Amino acid sequence: MLEDLSLKIDSALKKVRGQGRLTEKNISDTLREIRRVLLDADVNYKVAKDFIESVSAKALGKEVIASITPGQLITKIIYDELTLLLGGSHDEIKLNGSGITSILVVGLQGSGKTTFSAKLAKRLLDNGRKILLVAADVYRPAAIEQLKILGAQINVPVFSIEEKNALKVVSESLIFAKEKNFDTVIVDTAGRLHVDEDMMTEVSGIKKIIDPTESLFVVDSMTGQDAVNSAKAFNEKVNYDGIVLTKLDGDSRGGAALSIRAVVGKPIKFISNGEKLNALESFFPDRLASRILGKGDIISLVEKAQESIGDREVEELEEKLKKNKFDFDDFLKQIKLIKKMGSLSSLLGMIPGLGNQLKNAKIDDNAFIKVEAIINSMTRQERKSPKILNGNRRKRIAKGSGTSIQDVNRLLKQFGEMQKMMSKFSKKGFGDSLANFKFN
Amino acid sequence: MNLFKNFNLDKLKDGLSKTRAKLLNSLNETISGKAFIEEDFLEKLEEILISSDIGFDVADKIINQTRIKLKNEKDRSDTNIIRIVKEKLISIFDSENYTPNEIVNLKMKPYVILIIGVNGVGKTTTIGKLANNIRNSGLEVIVGAADTFRAAASEQLNVWAERAKVKIVQKPGGDPSSVAFEAITIALEEHKDVVIIDTAGRLHNKANLMEELNKIKRVISKKIPNAPHETLLVLDGNTGQNAIMQTEEFSKVTNITGLVVTKLDGTAKGGVIFQICDKLKIPVKYIGVGEGIDDLQNFDPKAFVSAIFEN
Ligand SMILES: Nc1nc2c(ncn2[C@@H]2O[C@H](COP(=O)(O)OP(=O)(O)OP(=O)(O)O)[C@@H](O)[C@H]2O)c(=O)[nH]1
Ligand SMILES: Nc1nc2c(ncn2[C@@H]2O[C@H](COP(=O)(O)OP(=O)(O)OP(=O)(O)O)[C@@H](O)[C@H]2O)c(=O)[nH]1
Ligand SMILES: [Mg+2]
Ligand SMILES: [Mg+2]
Repeated sequence: MLEDLSLKIDSALKKVRGQGRLTEKNISDTLREIRRVLLDADVNYKVAKDFIESVSAKALGKEVIASITPGQLITKIIYDELTLLLGGSHDEIKLNGSGITSILVVGLQGSGKTTFSAKLAKRLLDNGRKILLVAADVYRPAAIEQLKILGAQINVPVFSIEEKNALKVVSESLIFAKEKNFDTVIVDTAGRLHVDEDMMTEVSGIKKIIDPTESLFVVDSMTGQDAVNSAKAFNEKVNYDGIVLTKLDGDSRGGAALSIRAVVGKPIKFISNGEKLNALESFFPDRLASRILGKGDIISLVEKAQESIGDREVEELEEKLKKNKFDFDDFLKQIKLIKKMGSLSSLLGMIPGLGNQLKNAKIDDNAFIKVEAIINSMTRQERKSPKILNGNRRKRIAKGSGTSIQDVNRLLKQFGEMQKMMSKFSKKGFGDSLANFKFN
Repeated sequence: MNLFKNFNLDKLKDGLSKTRAKLLNSLNETISGKAFIEEDFLEKLEEILISSDIGFDVADKIINQTRIKLKNEKDRSDTNIIRIVKEKLISIFDSENYTPNEIVNLKMKPYVILIIGVNGVGKTTTIGKLANNIRNSGLEVIVGAADTFRAAASEQLNVWAERAKVKIVQKPGGDPSSVAFEAITIALEEHKDVVIIDTAGRLHNKANLMEELNKIKRVISKKIPNAPHETLLVLDGNTGQNAIMQTEEFSKVTNITGLVVTKLDGTAKGGVIFQICDKLKIPVKYIGVGEGIDDLQNFDPKAFVSAIFEN
């Protein structure tokens, strides 16, 4: 029965691992699925295509190690690249130690600029700065009033003038700030479409007048495919320093952020996730990467792969197995590794086609506890060369580990059998050999 | 004499493989029931569709339908392929649930219109434009400032009410339902024709805010059974696939009678509404094409579809 199971595991693993390296063929299904996931998350068509192409090109030929499939490996690589691309230089905003720090806030209509301006003011206020909010949206009905109400909530004064001239508001606000000793000026501008030439000229004029310490492009995380166009156009006119991603308290997947990073390469500096003024957070690229790839299956898959990949120890163990130099120390390491990766049964359950058969096999994860205790009671020498374990030594070990002499004997016997089996398995990983190990 | 003097093996091979490809293609078409479209063009087509926010699945479906239709046609030119795609897209808006644009039914007086949507999509602005349109058609309109949450929301609506020359009901410190209730009470007293209620932007995944909306609706129908007669969900034309979830979630608490897609004066195409209209059978009634009072247009499926193929 056990023999039978081991054969099954062996051939299933062979199927998976037989593929050895990532090839165009063995990752194509997964890539198609990931491409669709990215598009459903609103990543721009071209960006998704280029991204997948460049990542998979880099990944081709990579060795598939341990008990994961090529599909899992490429998913993990894509997740890592995504995190990397979203992250980039993750600096918070620049603040001048002396003189005036000026921050310019720009973006499309309704993206959340005014709300963000007030949130940023609140945050910098906590840093002890003396802040002036500037109402440079002279168009939207009640825009100035909105900023004034928000400013009042946090006791930050708002500068505005009667005249409907944004350039004038801005230049006068700078004079006012200097006179009144403000050290920080946050300028809220009107929402504008990137194709509106007059308005784009205005915003680049505002930028020239302020010469801001930091300019930020505010973008709604629900934005779709067109995000690349507005982000590019604003970048050409304003050359902003960073991106603010808003409304992340919704359930959009936020793929627009990837599109924007890909086309303009500017860092995401803040995320806004609520209407209240304290709903402002720093940005974590790995969280957004998970969000873009979607919760469910892909992420748990990535997490599993994450735990099992890149572990030097795995490779070392495999090396030892190949050379047939496997001792009790290695055995202990192996157990620890498996524990790290989650329960053995769940891990083996991930192997396609095996899950059901294993349900009946009942692999006892707790059995390892006893095994560990016994090995821990051995001396260094005993672990290296189990042959020296005579009756006295066995008795001592049983006592030290709180097990019985029968337990120790059984372990030794099975260990011996395992060693034999391992030399047969030689090249194949580690999880399978333990599956034959029964201890209770 | 050498019979094979001008014989070019490569040319023959080339010719043969072309013939073989053709044979294969027609065999493929027969088996799959779909016309063969050149890979490059297919990709271009997919790019145009997906770039409009139409979504992967719908793009796939449309392309498939196009290939099936194309199979029985002689004209396989790019122009003809695009013609068929457009036809398929327009047909999505042709469902029987699709009603024409006239929204005000004078048999019901006052006719109550509730405006809902997530944050910043253009609800308040749309109300300004709509109130103006309706008043221009000779009806008396009153607007209710039931967004009591966002800073200066009622001041903003007030500016629009002045522009549209309509009456506004505001209630400083009041809760949304009581503002809606009062607006309708005044409309009944003053025999107004139309009441338009503005609501605060709310994300569809916030249960408490959706419950608040439900309450507004209940209060309205307590005063006038069957009201609101019209519930318009405003969608931002820049929004991607999330608009589907927005519509689905808002549908659960209200009976959405129509959509308004705003900000189509930019380069975004608003293609996500194909899936929404196809799946949920809610008609698009208006589109917003600017921040001015006249920038509200009736929805024209043909023009909308054409815009997808323009740059
Ligand atoms: N849920 C949520 N709502 C937000 C967030 N940020 C802003 N909002 C809301 O989005 C709407 C628009 O925000 P504003 O700050 O007025 O946007 P804006 O970019 O200044 O708009 P314009 O000046 O008209 O271009 C308001 O209802 C805000 O309360 C956020 O992170 N989450
Ligand atoms: N370009 C353009 N801008 C629009 C359009 N409709 C609305 N806007 C702008 O979008 C921004 C948000 O519009 P609002 O009407 O305040 O949106 P809202 O849905 O009421 O926002 P909240 O009440 O904060 O949720 C404003 O700057 C409007 O001027 C449109 O069709 N085109
Ligand atoms: Mg604003
Ligand atoms: Mg509003």
